[in-house]
Amino acid sequence: MLRRPHYIALGLVVLLTLVIFNLPSRTTARFKLGIGGLFLPLFGLASSSQQAALAAGDTVISRGELLREIEGLRRENQQLRIQAMQAEGASGENARLRQLLGWQRQAPWKVKSARVVLREPSNWWRTVQINLGSRDGLRVNQTVLTVEGLVGRVSSVGLTSSQVLLLGDPDCKVSAQVENATRDAGIIGASGPLDRELVEMGYLSGSANLKSGQVVRTSGNGGIYPPNITIGTVVDSHPAEYGLATVARVKPAANLNALEEVWVIFQ
Amino acid sequence: MSWLHALFVLVTAFLAVFWEAAFSGVRHLVGVQIDLLPALMVYASLCAGITTVVLLAVLGGLWFDSLSANPMGVSVLPLFVIGLVIHAKRELILRDQGFAQAVLGFAASAAAPVMTLLLLFTTRHTPLFGWGTLWQLAVMSAGGAVATPICFEFFGWLDRALVHPRATQTSFRADREIRRGR
Repeated sequence: MLRRPHYIALGLVVLLTLVIFNLPSRTTARFKLGIGGLFLPLFGLASSSQQAALAAGDTVISRGELLREIEGLRRENQQLRIQAMQAEGASGENARLRQLLGWQRQAPWKVKSARVVLREPSNWWRTVQINLGSRDGLRVNQTVLTVEGLVGRVSSVGLTSSQVLLLGDPDCKVSAQVENATRDAGIIGASGPLDRELVEMGYLSGSANLKSGQVVRTSGNGGIYPPNITIGTVVDSHPAEYGLATVARVKPAANLNALEEVWVIFQ
Repeated sequence: MSWLHALFVLVTAFLAVFWEAAFSGVRHLVGVQIDLLPALMVYASLCAGITTVVLLAVLGGLWFDSLSANPMGVSVLPLFVIGLVIHAKRELILRDQGFAQAVLGFAASAAAPVMTLLLLFTTRHTPLFGWGTLWQLAVMSAGGAVATPICFEFFGWLDRALVHPRATQTSFRADREIRRGR
């Protein structure tokens, strides 16, 4: 059975755990970031090994394929330039109309790119670590997205790296709106433990008229996420709470399982 | 050299935690990330002293929690309880048998996440939890069952490669030599 050293060790560990649990949340956050900082030298190692693997893959791509890709990108760039020109015109018209109606002018987003350096090691949260921190001006609750759609929000900030809560994490709730005639609003919440492809949209009214393929965007309510960022598309829906509410499953537009580069919005 | 042994275990734990956060090949394959710390704890509790068990539980748990959204310290107690139970009963365990190692790794890798989830719910956190958790536990346990004998092999190899073998006395004694004469 347990001997004296076992009891001493058990007492010490229990005491230490209780002390850590009862630390003020700010101290715990700093403690966490400090210990997480020990892994900093390994971040570079991991990214350089990934780059080496990519470089090794690049060497076997043929010149013809590269030329085809350049041509495709050139064409896409021209299309995007035309769309940007069109959007610039619409943005100017929007600003003038807002001025005429006396509405507040919308400031354009300032974004910064970040690389995903680590993923959540446990299976019951959905987070990633990015290589931007307080020295880059990052703050808690800033919105993180990719060109496809919303990714999540910054939950804690270290000096050189930060943690991002992904869509589907129990602590990442997003006020959302479905692009349909009734503009049904709800909350994007947690997904199932194994559902890495879908998130759940709850708090929709019982009479919500949802169809598969409808686009879901941020509503802007709640003060964290700016409005009109694409979240994903409705997959299916079912009544809940004895028909008083509807729950929909939404497929996020951004591929949350293969994030490599993300953008952080600095408003 | 117990301090060198403890150092090996701790460095391996540090690298294991980093591997779990940096490489998600297993997660892409089976939808679950395997935790290597319980397997390491089985090794430490069978082959090292109680100090190494405490250090591995505290440092390993804190390293893991620092890279995770877990509240700080939540992984320490489950790891330590596993280590303590095995350490207290280690005279009864056939530690050199691969099957015993695998069974212990399986049990430890199932118990650690269950205890962590219990602690999370007790401290009013709401982790992702559902029927899928059973699959996660099954995969983590199977992963632990495979990883534990590998841990023993790895440290055995490390010991043979880096630690000077203990000098053994031969059974030959000069004073007992039978001298044959004519």
